[in-house]
Amino acid sequence: MLFELQNVGLDRGGRTVLDAFSAGIPEGATAIVGPSGAGKSTLLRLLNRLADPDRGEISYRGRPLSSYEPLALRREVSLVPQLPALLDGTVESNLRYAAELAGEDLDVEETLARAGLDPSFAERDVAKLSVGEQQRAMLARALAQHPAVLLLDEPTSALDHAARDAVEATLARLRSESNLSLVLVSHDPEQARRLADRVVEMPA
Amino acid sequence: MSTTSIHVELWQVAASLVLVALAAAISRWQSADLERDIVVATGRSIVQLTLVGYAIKLIFEVDTIWLVLALLAVMVFFGAITARHRADKVPNSFGPLLIALALAGASTLGLVVALGIFDPTPRYLVPVGGMVIGNAMTASAVALNRLGDEMADARARIEATLALGATAREAAAPTVRRALRSGMIALVDSTKTTGLIFFPGTMVGMLLAGASPTDAVRLQLILLYTLLGSVSISALVATLLAYRNFFTPAAQLREL
Repeated sequence: MLFELQNVGLDRGGRTVLDAFSAGIPEGATAIVGPSGAGKSTLLRLLNRLADPDRGEISYRGRPLSSYEPLALRREVSLVPQLPALLDGTVESNLRYAAELAGEDLDVEETLARAGLDPSFAERDVAKLSVGEQQRAMLARALAQHPAVLLLDEPTSALDHAARDAVEATLARLRSESNLSLVLVSHDPEQARRLADRVVEMPA
Repeated sequence: MSTTSIHVELWQVAASLVLVALAAAISRWQSADLERDIVVATGRSIVQLTLVGYAIKLIFEVDTIWLVLALLAVMVFFGAITARHRADKVPNSFGPLLIALALAGASTLGLVVALGIFDPTPRYLVPVGGMVIGNAMTASAVALNRLGDEMADARARIEATLALGATAREAAAPTVRRALRSGMIALVDSTKTTGLIFFPGTMVGMLLAGASPTDAVRLQLILLYTLLGSVSISALVATLLAYRNFFTPAAQLREL
């Protein structure tokens, strides 16, 4: 089992965001679905320790998540947030930053291709990209670290139909890569079925 | 440095109140609603400066370094309290501000004394220390004010950078840099235009007191450079200590 969650609970600002949530997430592609406000994004942030639960236990590959060093864990379990948030500069400088943090060599063209971007994107200023292009640049940046697990928070929420189909095609290709697991959050059950082997439902 | 002295009569101070009345009249005429504040400000300036005047007189007469250090420590403490109000978006900003002001004051004063620019006597350390700590306070308050705003604006970007396995320091670096810049830039800019657009206070004071323009300019330059040093140290120390308060030890952004 990749992730195992047992009675996980989390409060924020006096409100219970997650309450006694249990689930298993195996290797491969898993979608987390549920209504908005169910705590899907929060759950994703717990999986690479951008936050820690107030109650319950999460394990990763059989070991308590809290025993992993957070920085090393985040390079192995990479999160792509819902809204693009690149660093100022070019797409390539963002990829380099991520690769250097992970101590990985970077093949810019190959990384861009894995994220469905052509090589001309390397020199593009991130401030001049469309939201869909930024989303893919975020994906490429995560891939530059050669993670074992990709956590994707609503990867197509800000996109029009054409861009959504393109990102889905990219994710479908990544899904077939044997050494990469995907955990993606979606409010759209149809998309979850299209992209994942397994669907975890979160209660409202 | 030549010593100069000037005697100011009480009636001269009283006569200058005509200009305060003018300010109050303008405020009333244009409904700027500042009359009360002008009266309060005038009252406070008379009381506070008179008290400080007596304190300085006492310190000069006793002529011991310990009393000077005690006065500077009090300034650092109240400076940190004052600056904290402007840094209200930074969690637990008092500690970083206190350390920033203390370090800025100690290192710049220590340096000007060590370089032989000023004698370690109350006559130099009290006024220079007051300016150093006052400017350090303004700079660190501006820097932390900006840090609070920027950390709120850049939250998504900082968390996305943390998600790549960056340390808190790496993720906050662009934000810290901008905060530091805004703390330092006002004094850098006013140093650029000094003499062209405005005459700084020390120079004006020395000229009024009868010093030669050469001495007045030289002292002013020394003070400007001393202030540049103290402003950079305080803004640097305050931002480098304060940004940590936005993160947990596990490099997570704290909920604020």
